Amino acid sequence: MTVGPVLMRNFAHPDSHTLAGYRGAGGYAAWDKARAMEPAAITEEVKASNLRGLGGAGFPTGAKWSFVPKSHTGPVYLVVNADEGEPGTFKDRYLLERDPHALIEGMLIAARAIRSALGFVYVRGEYVEPWRRFSAAVKEAYGANLLGQGFDIVVHRGAGAYICGEETGLLSSLEGKKGWPKIKPPFPAIKGAFEQPTIVNNVETLCCVPPIVERGAAWFAGLGTKTQGGTRMYSVSGRVKRPGVYEESVAITLRQLIERAGGVGGTGRLKAVVPGGGSAAILTADEIDVVMDVDGLRDAGSMIGSAGVIVMDESASIPEALLVLARFYAHESCGQCTPCRESTGWIYKMVHRIVDGHGRKDDLDTILDVARRGAGTTICAFYDGAVGPYISYIEKFRPEFEALIRK
Amino acid sequence: MSAAVAFSPEQLAEVRRLQGLYPDRRGALLPVLHLAQDTFGWISLEVEAYVAGLFELSPAHVHEVVTFYTLYFQQPRGRHVVAVCHNLSCHLAGSRDILAHVKGRLGIEVGETTSDGRITLQAVECLCACEAAPMAQVDDRYELNLTPDKVDRLLEALR
Repeated sequence: MTVGPVLMRNFAHPDSHTLAGYRGAGGYAAWDKARAMEPAAITEEVKASNLRGLGGAGFPTGAKWSFVPKSHTGPVYLVVNADEGEPGTFKDRYLLERDPHALIEGMLIAARAIRSALGFVYVRGEYVEPWRRFSAAVKEAYGANLLGQGFDIVVHRGAGAYICGEETGLLSSLEGKKGWPKIKPPFPAIKGAFEQPTIVNNVETLCCVPPIVERGAAWFAGLGTKTQGGTRMYSVSGRVKRPGVYEESVAITLRQLIERAGGVGGTGRLKAVVPGGGSAAILTADEIDVVMDVDGLRDAGSMIGSAGVIVMDESASIPEALLVLARFYAHESCGQCTPCRESTGWIYKMVHRIVDGHGRKDDLDTILDVARRGAGTTICAFYDGAVGPYISYIEKFRPEFEALIRK
Repeated sequence: MSAAVAFSPEQLAEVRRLQGLYPDRRGALLPVLHLAQDTFGWISLEVEAYVAGLFELSPAHVHEVVTFYTLYFQQPRGRHVVAVCHNLSCHLAGSRDILAHVKGRLGIEVGETTSDGRITLQAVECLCACEAAPMAQVDDRYELNLTPDKVDRLLEALR
């Protein structure tokens, strides 16, 4: 098993998922330190570390924590987004299975910072083994009186819906409803789960918190770039020689990361890369000298998202790849907003007929037009996430689509 | 209501325990639906109505939830469920051939169940094990790095 410097430090130990294994590697020392700190001081430390959310949006974590209203006297909830589902991403699965106590420790510290007494961990329904592993760790933590002493954790299983990875869709689902995203504002930090202030953080994000508290914000910030601290776990799949999860500084470039995964597989000649999960705009072989942090990918016209890197060699068909994603978006649109519900289905049909050899001359421009018109008009970021691939695949590989239409 | 659709006293205690974990007991609806599916095999309209009664929710609300999520079966399923991932990383690794192979071996299409009630076949979106593509979920387990030979062995072992 590959190990990494921070998040994957314990992965090589066969008992890394047990309390004894975690404690043996120095686990829960950060919690001992944090419980002697003022809540506001913990938040300040996380702010200074430049930790940014690793689930997709890249929002500064410490700033998010500080949005819980100081005047609020009722319950505050901490919700962990373990509904990993972004195509090409598999890092949280590893953390839940191999280092579940790191997440529990991160939750304990975060809960102290935001003054929460109750946390929910929303695990995607298909993740049965990760759910069992994490639940067993929670049981151990109760047995050791780490939990149940002012903070409780409820492990909640989802039931299969990509949209529940969107934080307000997740909250709807947690409340026993279909996973429809909610209109913001109010943001969850003001009014979230069960109408109370709620902080939603990704698994990997919270696993960064114990090392930050233990080794200091400056150390963590220094691992990354000017605007984002730390390392992160890059999921690398597709046509590389050694697909897997790699923990690297967020200052790494995409070219270096592909090399780290053994280089391009298949024909050995790179064609394109999806840098941040299925919803990230595609990059061509000439665009891989980009720094893999939030700002680096944004400046390159794409996004780091969940850091799911999917590599395509020259033998890969870009229209077929878009067909796969278009089907995915049509299937997963929750149906709440008209532009998303209608466009994802329509665009899937158009891409389908192009790939089948029945494409019409104006189909490509129609897709681009439909995609652009809907962008930014919906309640959540799902449709904008679909628009990234629709537009970039066609704009960057148009001749490949046109060749199919001419036939 | 059919007499068969009822939890045991132990299960009802579990329902109450789950409901007590949430600030509003409705939060336990998804977990209780999982329990119902484990118990009754699938979620019929009768099961929806029964679960609705346990939450003082309308059957329509429960129906809306059941139909929203992919893991609740609204018709009887086979004794085993084989769900082949066909999202991007698995596609690049040949999931189309794997799916075709499974269909051929079982003689059914996606969404169908073998006539002996043994296996239900699904094609599903990213299960997030892309490092081991192509892959499938077989009941609770992730089966990784599939080849036609491996698929044959897996299917053979399902009784």
